[in-house]
Amino acid sequence: MYKNIALIYLNCERFKKTAKKVFFLSIQLSAIIMNNRENIKTLLIEKPLKLDCGKTINNYPIAYETYGKLNSNKDNAILIFHALTGDQFVTGINPITKKDGWWSYAVGPNKAIDTNKYFIICANVLGGCMGSFGPSHQNPETKKMFGTDFPVITINDMVNAQVNLLELFEIKKLFSVVGGSMGGMQVLQFVSNFPDKTKTAIPIACTSSHSAQNIAFNELGRQAIAADHNWVNGKYMSNNTVPDKGLAVARMAAHITYLSKKGLQEKFGRKLQERDDLKFGFDADFQIESYLRYQGSIFVDRFDANSYLYITRAMDYFDLVKQFNGNLSKAFINTKAKFFIISFTSDWLYPTQENKDIVIALNAIGANVGFVEIESDKGHDSFLLDVPDFLKALKSFLDKSYSEKNL
Amino acid sequence: MKSEYRIIADIIQKNTRVLDVGCDEGILMEFLKENKSVDIRGIEISKKKVQICIAKGLTVIEGNAEVDLKQFPNKSFDYVVLGQTLQAFVNPEKVIKELLRVGKKAIVTIPNFGHWKVRLNLLIKGTMPITKSLPNDWYNTPNIHMCTIKDFVKFSKVIDFKIFKSLALIDNKVSNINKTNLFYKNLFGELGIFLIEM
Repeated sequence: MYKNIALIYLNCERFKKTAKKVFFLSIQLSAIIMNNRENIKTLLIEKPLKLDCGKTINNYPIAYETYGKLNSNKDNAILIFHALTGDQFVTGINPITKKDGWWSYAVGPNKAIDTNKYFIICANVLGGCMGSFGPSHQNPETKKMFGTDFPVITINDMVNAQVNLLELFEIKKLFSVVGGSMGGMQVLQFVSNFPDKTKTAIPIACTSSHSAQNIAFNELGRQAIAADHNWVNGKYMSNNTVPDKGLAVARMAAHITYLSKKGLQEKFGRKLQERDDLKFGFDADFQIESYLRYQGSIFVDRFDANSYLYITRAMDYFDLVKQFNGNLSKAFINTKAKFFIISFTSDWLYPTQENKDIVIALNAIGANVGFVEIESDKGHDSFLLDVPDFLKALKSFLDKSYSEKNL
Repeated sequence: MKSEYRIIADIIQKNTRVLDVGCDEGILMEFLKENKSVDIRGIEISKKKVQICIAKGLTVIEGNAEVDLKQFPNKSFDYVVLGQTLQAFVNPEKVIKELLRVGKKAIVTIPNFGHWKVRLNLLIKGTMPITKSLPNDWYNTPNIHMCTIKDFVKFSKVIDFKIFKSLALIDNKVSNINKTNLFYKNLFGELGIFLIEM
C-alpha cells in the first residue's frame, strides 16, 4: 500500500501546478459530492435522542452500509465502528471517493472479517460528513447549514444513535462489535450501554480515557482549522469557501501521530523529493514533506472541516473511567461478552499500556478477556494496514468464537 | 499430552475457575476446558504463543506473571497453575505469594535440580548440568532460580504456605512424596508437583 501511496504522491507532485489551477473547481465538486446521496443508504431515526450536551435530536439520518448476508438465525452480524476520518464504506470501492474502503485489508471475502461468513454493518458516526446527521446538514429552524450551531456530540451519543440499526435489521444480539482507535472507544461504550447486545467485542488500539497528549494533538488540529480565515466561525458553507488550508494542516499533524519514528525513518529518511540537492527555500525539499502535503491535500477533498472539529471533540470528551466514577470495571459489570483487546508495539498515540488498562479493568471483575500486543513498526495506523500477525489474530478470534455455539 | 498435564488435570475438580500462568500453547487449557468444563484463563509472555492460544479459542492475555498477576482480585480462581516456570522468575517468593492471593489453591510444578543426573553432572564433570529437562548452558538459560524438591518443601515453611499434595514424576510414573521418602524422591524425581494453599 505504501508503494501505491508513494506512486500517487510522486504523480501528484508532478501535476501539482495543474492541480492548483483546478483546486477551486474541485472544492465546488467535493461540496456537490458530499450532497450526492445516490450511493448512500440512510436510516431516518424518528425516535428522539437526548444528547450528552443536553439537547435532543429527532428525525435525524444515520448513513450506513452493509456487506455480506444476514443469516436466517440473525446471529452472524458484526457492527464495525469507524475511526475519526473513516466512514461507512469499510471495504470495496468507496462509491463517493472512488478509493478502496478504509478497512479493505481486514474486511472482505475470506479476509479477517469474512464477508462470506458474516453480515457487516457500519454507520457513519453522528457528526460525520458521509450522510449521517452532522454540521454540514441544514438547520431546519434557520434553513442554513448548522456549522458550529450543531450540538456537540459524544462517543456515547454516537453509539446510542447507531444501535437503532439493530432494530432496522431485527437483530437481537450481534455476533461482534469491532473497531480501532475511535472505533475502539465506540466498542467500549457500546458494550457498556448495551451489555447484552453482543457476544464478542474487539476494541483495537484504543483507550478508555482520552489522554492529555491526544487532546493536545486534537486541539492543534482544531486550531489550525480555526486559524484559516476561510473557516469564518464554521459558516464557510454559506460563504462558498472551504478552510482547506487549515484542514490540510490539521490532517498533516494528525498523520504524523499515526506513524512511528522508525517507520518514517525507514520509509523516508532524509530522501529528497525529485531533486539532487537542497534548494535553500521552503518548497518541499524532503520526501516526507511532500508526502504530508499530499496527505493534507487529498483529505480536504473528502472531509468536512466542521465534522473534524466535532468528531475530535467527541474523542476528547471520551472518559469511560469518569463516567463510572473512577472505576472502569463498573462499565462492564453487566456484560457477558467475550473481549479481545489488541494493541501495537509502535503505537504511541494509544500505547499498549492504555489498552492494557482496559484488560486490567475487565480481569478485575472476572470478565472474559484476551489480549495481545502485535509487533509492528507501522505505528497507530497498524490496524488499518497489512499487518499479517494482526489480521491473523483477528480472524482466528472471530472464526473460533463463531464456531463455539454455546457462547 | 505430557504426563505432567495429566497429573495436574487429575488434581483439578470439575466446573471450577482456573488460571494457567505461563500457559504456553494452551495444551493444558484445552484439555481442562473440554474434559473438566473448567472456566479457564491463561497468561503467557510470548506473543506467538498467545496467538496460538487465541486461534484455539482460549482466553489468554499477553503478560508477565511477575507484574501482571496483580490485576486479578483476591481468590478469584479456584486453582492457579504454574508449570515449570517458578525457576525463571526474578522473585519466585513474590510470585508464589501472588499465586496464592489470586487463587484459593495453586498447583506448582518444578524441574527437580536434586535429580541424580544433575548431581552427577556437577560432581563428575564439574560443569553446570545440562539434561533433557534443563537443556541450556548456564549463560543462556532462562532458569535463574533452580531448586530441588527438598528446597521447595523447605520453602513452604519459610513463606508459610501449606502443601496439600506433593507428587514426584519418575519415568512418567507419579508417586506421593512424604517425609520418609523425601530423600529418594528428591534423588530420582524429574519433576515435583505440588498442590499448595496459603
